[in-house]
Amino acid sequence: MNPSEPYAVRTEGLTRRFGSFTAVDGVNLAIPAGHIYGFLGPNGSGKSTTIRMLCGLLLPSAGRVHVLGHEVPREAEVLRRKLGYMTQRFSLFEDLSVRENLLFMAQVFSLPKATRKSRLVEAVRRYLLEDIEDQRAGTLSGGQKQRLALAAATLHRPEMLFLDEPTSAVDPQSRRDFWEKLFELSAVGTTILVSTHLMDEAERCHRLAIFDHGVLVAEGEPTQLMQEIDALVVEIEAPDPQRATMILRPEPYVKSVAQIGNRLHALLARDIDGPEKRLADTLRRAGLAAEVRLVHPNLEDVFVAATAGSRRRESARA
Amino acid sequence: MLDSPGRIYAIAAKEVRQLLRDHLTFGLIVGVPLLQIVLFGYAINTDVRHLRAGVADLAHTQLSRQLVAEAQASQVLDVVAASPSAEGLESMLRRGWIAVGIYIPPDFDRLRLEGRRPAAQLLVDGSDPTLFGVASGLADMPLADRDAAPAGHAPLFELRNYYNPERRSAVAIVPALIGVILTLTLTLFTAVAIVRERERGNLELLITTPVKTTELMLGKIGPYIVIGLLQTTVVLVAGSLLFDVPVAGRLLDLYLAALLFIAANLGLGLFISTLSQTQFQAFQMNVVFFLPSFLLSGFMFPFDGMPRVAQWIGEFLPLTHFVRLVRGIVLRGATLGELLPETWPLLLFFALTLLLAILNFHKRLD
Repeated sequence: MNPSEPYAVRTEGLTRRFGSFTAVDGVNLAIPAGHIYGFLGPNGSGKSTTIRMLCGLLLPSAGRVHVLGHEVPREAEVLRRKLGYMTQRFSLFEDLSVRENLLFMAQVFSLPKATRKSRLVEAVRRYLLEDIEDQRAGTLSGGQKQRLALAAATLHRPEMLFLDEPTSAVDPQSRRDFWEKLFELSAVGTTILVSTHLMDEAERCHRLAIFDHGVLVAEGEPTQLMQEIDALVVEIEAPDPQRATMILRPEPYVKSVAQIGNRLHALLARDIDGPEKRLADTLRRAGLAAEVRLVHPNLEDVFVAATAGSRRRESARA
Repeated sequence: MLDSPGRIYAIAAKEVRQLLRDHLTFGLIVGVPLLQIVLFGYAINTDVRHLRAGVADLAHTQLSRQLVAEAQASQVLDVVAASPSAEGLESMLRRGWIAVGIYIPPDFDRLRLEGRRPAAQLLVDGSDPTLFGVASGLADMPLADRDAAPAGHAPLFELRNYYNPERRSAVAIVPALIGVILTLTLTLFTAVAIVRERERGNLELLITTPVKTTELMLGKIGPYIVIGLLQTTVVLVAGSLLFDVPVAGRLLDLYLAALLFIAANLGLGLFISTLSQTQFQAFQMNVVFFLPSFLLSGFMFPFDGMPRVAQWIGEFLPLTHFVRLVRGIVLRGATLGELLPETWPLLLFFALTLLLAILNFHKRLD
């Protein structure tokens, strides 16, 4: 890649329609090289469709795509050697052993014989596959499959790595270990694109794009997104939290209310005065003595605030 | 126990719903019986007519010409070729150009007059098990020369069963069985090999790698070619050990013919794999293709006995050409060179199905 090009991925007006349904709608992206970039969004928000268009697996209905300086889909075949792709579902061969799977990938990417062996040894060591080298992939645990898939996707040292919901199916410890490996890859300059609907995963990304109904609704660094959130976040302690929720939801300045354990977590419009008092008063009138305090927004709040607009439009339509 | 009928109903209702939604399966529920009855109706024809016949008339008399004319008039034979010698007839038989040869010796009129033994010979291609029976009906064919032949009551023709003189059915069936077995297994193997990867998600990974469609297809075919040749060998060896089926022609020719036929079936398997989403669908499509192959190829029923339409369909099936090739090489001792007209349809079939498979397979998900 041209070192003067600061972006690994650029899209303009990227759109994909399936029949009358628009899965991805006019998305403009600029993904900085060497970053871990997250696509955050609910299921069906267009994350996977966008990733598939970026690797040339799907044709865009409209828009322009450049990945690592190559125009996609025209130069998709050239690009394939520079990309690593990890599918959502484990897609290596379950009836081959760990080593056989890695060897197959090395051959398919035409790694020269001389480096093939050392690469395999290195991958097995780095991704802690030594003890299971001869085991069939189908018998591995979720975390082991994950490591094998990442080892296979990085064997040819891709400049860019696409990970489609990589850790939805593994336990938190495996997820931590997995991300450690991603940061190692990022440290040596690999651009990584991760799609996820898990907040703890999204928080680890250098930068995030939030998708909702095929539209890019927010973009930035996680901390910046939390600071610039277009909402006030409050926590409410009240007896009978379910009733409190029912009372607060219809209020025009309340964007969303969610129960977390015995507490309520609410997003309010930014432009109201004395939000704590106003909420407490509303609840007191209904006979509920509540304690309300402002809290720091987290990434889930950012996500809810960013996607609240379209949800409201949807319920209004229904 | 009381709840049992309700649960049985729930499963049955769900099953019906799923069946109705799987259009291919539903189509086959109706289509396969229909296809089968039509094919059987066309193919089963014990009243075989219009066998391709060659004539070597060395007598050149009025009586010999009358014999040829009456044989033709019987509609059992269609005289399509003439030869100046018995060797010429044999060569045509070996190449599969004709199914029956009429040999009329120079002294035909005299032999006929004496009436002590048959005056002419009917050479029958015994590599097709049904032909001999049909031809034997001609042996006693009346010839309107009874006034001239008062002396004896010998039949008109002496029947000569070529290539399978003992008329053992195993000899006629085993070589062609190679083709049936390869059709049944190989097409399905290849089709399933790709569809399985689609089902398991492997294909989504493969298309993100630099592997090209053609590379994927050829790589998939390779091992199955070896498997096909292995199956050929198993049938040949078993046929030789168990049923004493001899191989009259050259083994190399036989394996070359098998190779062509294997390629044709693998091409078809690849094409089927690009059309089906599940292994079950691939299996069903294979059945749809196998039925006509089995019935219209000349393996089960004599090709010449089928109506024109069935013959046209038969000409498009690789098994038809392979049955002709394998019977020619194994039983009649023909060389591949003599059977050249049966080779190019197999090549063409392979090229066409492979091309369709490559065009139909997208390195994309849409």
